[in-house]
Parts: sequence; C-alpha cells; structure tokens
Amino acid sequence: VSDSAPATTADPAESTELSQLAERIAGRAAAGEEVEAYVTRSRETEVRVYDGDVESVSSAESTGVGIRVVIGGRQGFAYAGSLDDDVVGETLAEARDNAGFATPDEWVGLARPDGVPAAHMDLWRDELAAFPAGDKVSMAVELEKAVRAGDRRIRQVESSEWGDAAIESAVATSTGISSSNRRTVCYLSVSAVAGDGSETQTAYGFSVGRAPSELDMDKAAGDAVERATRLLGASKPHSARLAVVLEPRITATLLALLGGTLDGESVLKGRSLFADRLGEAVSVPSFTLVDDPTDPAAYGATAYDAEGLACRQNVLIDGGHLQMYLYNTYAARRAGRASTASAVRAGYKSAPGIGARALTLSPGDSGPEQILGQVGTGLLVQSVSGVHSGVNPVSGDFSVGAEGVMIRDGGLAEPVREFTIASTIQRMLQNVVAVGNDQEWLPGSAVGVTLAIDDVSLSGAS
Amino acid sequence: VIEESVISRVLGAALRTGGDFAEIFAEDRRGTMARLDDGKVEDMASGRERGAGIRVVAGDTTGFAHTSDLSETGLRAAAEAASAAARRGGGGIRQVELNRVGAPAPNEVTVPPESVAKDAKVELLRRADDAARQSGSAIRQVSVVYGDNHRRILVANSDGTLAQDDQVKTRFAVTCVASGDAGLQTGRESAGATVGFELFDTTRVEEMARRAATQALTKLAARPAPSGTMPVVIKAGSGGVLFHEACGHGLEADHIAKDVSVFAGRVGQRVASPLVTLVDDGTMGPEWGAIAVDDEGHPAGRNVLIDQGVLTDYMWDWLRARKEGRASSGNGRRESYRHLPMVRMTNTFVTNGTEDPEEIIRQTPQAVYVAQLGGGQVNTATGDFVFGMIEAYLIEDGRITAPLRDANLIGNGPEVLKAIDVVGNDFAMGWPGTCGKQGQGVPVGDGQPTLRVTALTIGGTAA
Repeated sequence: VSDSAPATTADPAESTELSQLAERIAGRAAAGEEVEAYVTRSRETEVRVYDGDVESVSSAESTGVGIRVVIGGRQGFAYAGSLDDDVVGETLAEARDNAGFATPDEWVGLARPDGVPAAHMDLWRDELAAFPAGDKVSMAVELEKAVRAGDRRIRQVESSEWGDAAIESAVATSTGISSSNRRTVCYLSVSAVAGDGSETQTAYGFSVGRAPSELDMDKAAGDAVERATRLLGASKPHSARLAVVLEPRITATLLALLGGTLDGESVLKGRSLFADRLGEAVSVPSFTLVDDPTDPAAYGATAYDAEGLACRQNVLIDGGHLQMYLYNTYAARRAGRASTASAVRAGYKSAPGIGARALTLSPGDSGPEQILGQVGTGLLVQSVSGVHSGVNPVSGDFSVGAEGVMIRDGGLAEPVREFTIASTIQRMLQNVVAVGNDQEWLPGSAVGVTLAIDDVSLSGAS
Repeated sequence: VIEESVISRVLGAALRTGGDFAEIFAEDRRGTMARLDDGKVEDMASGRERGAGIRVVAGDTTGFAHTSDLSETGLRAAAEAASAAARRGGGGIRQVELNRVGAPAPNEVTVPPESVAKDAKVELLRRADDAARQSGSAIRQVSVVYGDNHRRILVANSDGTLAQDDQVKTRFAVTCVASGDAGLQTGRESAGATVGFELFDTTRVEEMARRAATQALTKLAARPAPSGTMPVVIKAGSGGVLFHEACGHGLEADHIAKDVSVFAGRVGQRVASPLVTLVDDGTMGPEWGAIAVDDEGHPAGRNVLIDQGVLTDYMWDWLRARKEGRASSGNGRRESYRHLPMVRMTNTFVTNGTEDPEEIIRQTPQAVYVAQLGGGQVNTATGDFVFGMIEAYLIEDGRITAPLRDANLIGNGPEVLKAIDVVGNDFAMGWPGTCGKQGQGVPVGDGQPTLRVTALTIGGTAA
C-alpha cells in the first residue's frame, strides 16, 4: 500500500541519530560553500552451508560517510569507513581540498527542497532483528536438503546461503535537505549442480523478502532443481535467427540495461543511443516502462533518492514512445529541467550518479505458457552470461552467452547451451512481441516478467 | 598499526571458547580518484578506510566478524563475535607466539602517490583529453580516470604467522565516444601497475588517449560481427582474460573441493594443447596482481598450473590447503577487511611460444582477429565461458581487414585449451583487471603471446 503525505521523513521513528549526524556535518559549511553529508550504517549477516554443515557465518556492522563540498561551481568529494568525529572532520577537510582541483561548472550544486512529498512506506521489519541466528542456519540447511531431495539427478549443492541486511542512511545539506531511509532485506539462495559424471548442468534459485516470513524456500529450491535438471542433455544449437522468450529474471537484466541508457547525463554528454529521440516510437505500442521507487513492493523501493529528494514515479516509455530521461540535480540543472529524484550511489564511497531503482513494464494479458504457444518456434532463455562484457550501452550492441530450452510447436523441447544471442538494444525494443502478466519483483532495479522478442541472432554450431 | 602484544591477546580471546585457528587481518587503505569528463575535471575524490576482520575456524566452520575500531576493545568484540559464530564448545587457554614472515616486495615503489600534488594528477587528465580530441572531429566525448591506492595490511594468526605488506597501485584509463552515420562507437585504453606515480615515466597518457580515440573512430566503420563458429587469432597482451575464464577459475581449489570444476581430478592429465604453459605469479612485479604476501600472510609464489598441456596443480588458500595437508600457494586474497579470503588468481598468463605473430596471421585464411578483449565470465562446473571483444577485425586471406562491432565469444574451457594450434613469440601482459568472485573484486593481471584457437563461437549478428 502506498500513499502520499506531506511528510518530511518517510518514517518518523527512523534513523534520527544518523540524520542528526548528517545535519551536524552539513551545518559546518563555511560562507560561500555548500556541504552535503551522506551517512550510512548497515548490519549484515551471511550464512553459508555446505554438505549439511555450516561453512561460514559472517556478521558485522559497517558505517561510512561520504561528503560533497561545492565551492564556486567546483565539487570535491571524500569518504571514510567510520563515523568517528575526528575521521568525519578529516573527511570534510579533504572534500574541501579536493574541490579546489575541479573545473568550475555553473551547473554543479547540491539539491534543494522541491516540495515533492515523500511516499510513506514501511520498508523496515523489526521481525528481522529478532530472528535468531540459529534459525538462519537452519533455513540454509533446510534449503540445501530440499534441493538435494528435489531430484535424484542433483549431485551437488555448491552453496546454500542465508543473507540479511538492515540498512539505514541519511542525507543532509546546507541547502536545506534533510532526509533518511531505512530498510531491511533477507534472502535465501542456492546453487544446484545436476548430472551423473559424464555431464554437468547448474542453476540457482533464490527468494528475497524484507522479513524471514516473506521468504519462500520451496520456490528457491524448486527453481534451482527444475532449472538445473531440465538442462541435462543440452547440446550446442545451430546458428539461427529466431524469437526468444526471456524468463522473468532475464527480462529484469535487460530492463536494468535499458534504464542505464536513459540516464540524462549520458544524453547531455552525447553517449546515449536515445539522445534526441524524445517523443519518438522507440518500441511497440504495448511497451510502457515506468520507474517507480515509491512502490513498496519493489526491491529498490525507497522514499528518498541519494541526494535527499523524494522519489517519484517516472514514466520513461509510454505506449512505445520515449517520454523522458532520468536526472539527478546536476544533470537536471544542466538540461534546464527538474530532478527526477534519480540520484543513486554505489555506497558511501561515491558521489551521486543517476540510475533507475524500480523499473516495471506494464503487464500484458498472457501468461508464460500462452506466450510459448504464441511464439510457436523459438528459444526460452533461462540464463545469460557476459552481460558486462558483451553489451555496449553506448552503441547498443547486445551479445550475451545463454542457456535455455528450444520452443517447438508452442511448447518446450530440447535443452541447449554454449551459444550466444545477439541483436541491438534498439532492435530488440522494436521487436517485442509479447509482455507477460507474470510480474515478480526481483533483487536489483527492475521487475521480472516474461518477455518475447523476435528476430534475435543465435550463434552456435555452424 | 596494532601492537604485537594486543594481537596475541586478541587471538587468544578469539580461541577462548574453542576453535582450531584464529586470524586478524588489519587493513588501512587510502585512495585518490580524479575523473575528467565532457572536458571538465568533474571529480576529485579521496577516501580512507581502516579496520580489521577476524576469522575463527572450528572444524569445517568459519566464523567471521569485522570492525572499524582498531582499539583492543574493538578487536576483542569482533573476536568474540567471530568466535561465537564458529562455536563448537571445548576451549581453553591458547598462547600465541608470533613469527614475522619475510617476503620480498615484488618491486620497488619510487614515487608514493600521496607524495604527488593533486595538480599533477589533474594535469594528466587534461593532457589525455586534449590528445584524444585532437585525434579526429568525430570524437564526441572523452572520459579520463586517474586512480591510486595505497593499501597497508597486517595479518596475524594463531599458527604464529605475522606478516605485513604495503601495496601501492596506480591506474589510468581513457574512454572515447565517436559519432558517425551508423551511430555511436566506443574506444578504451587502460594501464595500471603495482607502482606509484612513476607509472607515468613509462606510460604516455597522450599515446593511450590516441589509441582509445583511434579504436572508437575505426569502429565507426565496423560491420556486425559474424554469427557462428570459426578460428580466432588473439593479439599478444589483449586476451589473457581467455585463460582467466577458460581455466583460471576452474583451477581454484575451492571449486575443486566442491567438485564444481571441469578440472577436478585431472592433475597429471593432458588438459590443453602441448603449446600451452599457464602460470599464476604473484611475485611478478610491477604487474597489477603483484603482492609480497597474500591476504592470509603467505608469501606470493610463482605457480605453474599447466606445463606444456599437462595439469600440474591448482591454486590454494589456507583453508583448502589445510584440508589437503599441503601448503598454501599464496592465492588467499580478499577485497577488504570486511571480507573472508578465498582462492584468487594474481597474475595469470600463458608463456611464450615460437611463432612469428605476423606469420600466424598470414597463415590464417579466414578468422576473427581480436585486438582487445574486455571482460568475461565462466561457469566452472560446465566449463562454458564467455568473453567480450571490444576491438576486433576479420582476417581474410591472411590479412587483417574489416573492423567488427562489439560481441561476446563463447566456448568451453577444456575444448578451447586443446584447440590452440599455434602460439607466438611476442608475449605481453594486458590491461589491469578486477576479478569478481562471490561479490568480491580483487586486482589481477593477465597476459599471453599472440595465439590462434581453431574454433570459437562468435556471438555477432551477421549471417
């Protein structure tokens, strides 16, 4: 449930200590200077189980601070992995010193309150902190057992894992911003190995939630077992041009890549394949892409962005037409627009960049099986590899290693491996033939949903 | 950073309630990063992180905790948390006597980066930007990054090991975007070594910028890469990632122990063409993966993994070596004090062959010529791996011809190693890399001479 209220914090109970620390740091801005402090604290546990035994248990609390100083259009940044007073003082001094080496840029500056109210979302579960460590171990042990028992052809479980994190952060600036976020997350993850010595196939399964009660162990185990065993007997397919049906987790990967190409700063700097294409039909009419971090169901949901502005729903592609790009404060000022509250950080060690958090496709009418029927002949893709090495987000070239199952007569046929699928991001968007109705939120910045794309090159045996 | 008497007491505390082994890994890391983009120095960033990770091993269970508080109180709290996580009962008083590990630095660092003014670092960015933009009017965008990192580590464990290392790394990278009739193209050049600012005595940033720009400009005329299986010639120093993926990961002892590597149980067997000798060498200074000791305090080693096609050994960390009753090979590494160590590569390379590289191309009628590979990924259990080509051409009738657009290549490790039919005499190390494994990134180097693989699948779109 999501509703909007003119609140200044997403959850009044949260993180006051971090907010106060961030405000104190921002309050140390000298005349003619803007200061932004981002402080974060997280508590994490990770349990790995192997062969019925605990392999490792890690638990720790981490803190960090990232400080930006803007003086005369120059930005400096510094970070430290500690919130101790003397460390914070040194970090502020270092950020100030760093600012002196930047090129003056009239658009550089910190966010200012923009009046957009924050969504009221409860992303924190006290249940997680109360969950006993012993139960975390038991769940990982049970998960491993479930996979081993799931099919006699499972010969190994490489690792069965429990993980959880409780993450708090606050942003404050000398320009009037003060915000904080907090959320909990936990997951079960398992990697299954199927085979009989002459052949090996692998697959993983997982389940993610904000609290232990939201995890679905059967699904994690079942996914890993089914996906590893159905690849047994896989061969290298012959090269062809065909329709591909992407499983939800593959679609999420593709959407995240697409989100990266709609970064407003890349557009301004001439390194986006979607520059100068606002209003154009970049995809088919059934393709509507929205980034909505205010949907509490989304894994990437958050009330405030990394510069402390309230997150909002951004419609990026509507009925196939490109509507907008994503902006943080800098890119928005330079483009003469308002920030879309899309500032993101890779932790406290980096100044804010731009990114989508909760991309979702408007669902279609068909379930995955109907889509297989509709496609008739093609390929179901269940895993991809080399996404970082084979997709060029500037040119749009797309080429990834893949595993999957051929589709014949509208149903699943023989498994295949050791091939690539290739096209360009531009062409794939134009060749979308079906969007499923099977949305599920996955870890990362995009929703999972079955997606069918025509005319993709499969490279395999000659 | 931490007194020896404190180390002994903390290790003792870690083992008070049981456990076979305890370890403190303390780290103090400082880094500077400067980035020029769009003609402006946008970012000058610096940071410091300091802390310790404490590991307690009891039987097959490892407990781990970390802290940024290096006081005795902070370390004891982490030791107790790690001990509780690994608890098995038992216990008793353990006295730990520390012996310093002597390991030579892989090379000397003559100009520590913190001794260099930030102005001088920024100046390098400007010089690279100018050179790239002068390479052609189609160059639309230039991004340049300078980074340095000074990492001091201390490792002490209940076996008595006390080791320290001082690791300085400096890197520089240029990325260009060119715009043409067929859209945008990218070019990239990267350099890095386990040295300080003296990197720039031998690395000319203008030359790097021109190479990155030329690559982007050349690719404006690139055609789609072929789709299908054909021979591939890989230029010296551009494709060590092939071996990193095709067999490097599969030779890490943690994958072997769990029987999730196609190379498990194959020591002594022929796994590659007799032309292939593969080495992992952490002592190879000043390459990007060089270290004096690994992150478990074991001296780095030069380890021959494949000798003329025959598998000779895997890579080992302390945990896996202990189980097999052998010594670590110096491959226990971790991203930071917040991470557990595991088996990782250092500098991994194929040694020189005998052929003239020009001759290899002349004797190849039809193939893809890879002048630069990007990253890659492998499934060690199946052996299937991919790697991306970011600069490639066709070879037609023994000559390098048309440039190709980016694509991934896919192959199966054991098959590809056997399909190497000629190896050049022009060995070179490649770009500095960051190897990712279970969410941890560590610096690695790779290298190879020019060589030919008789069949790889090219993941392009051209029929």
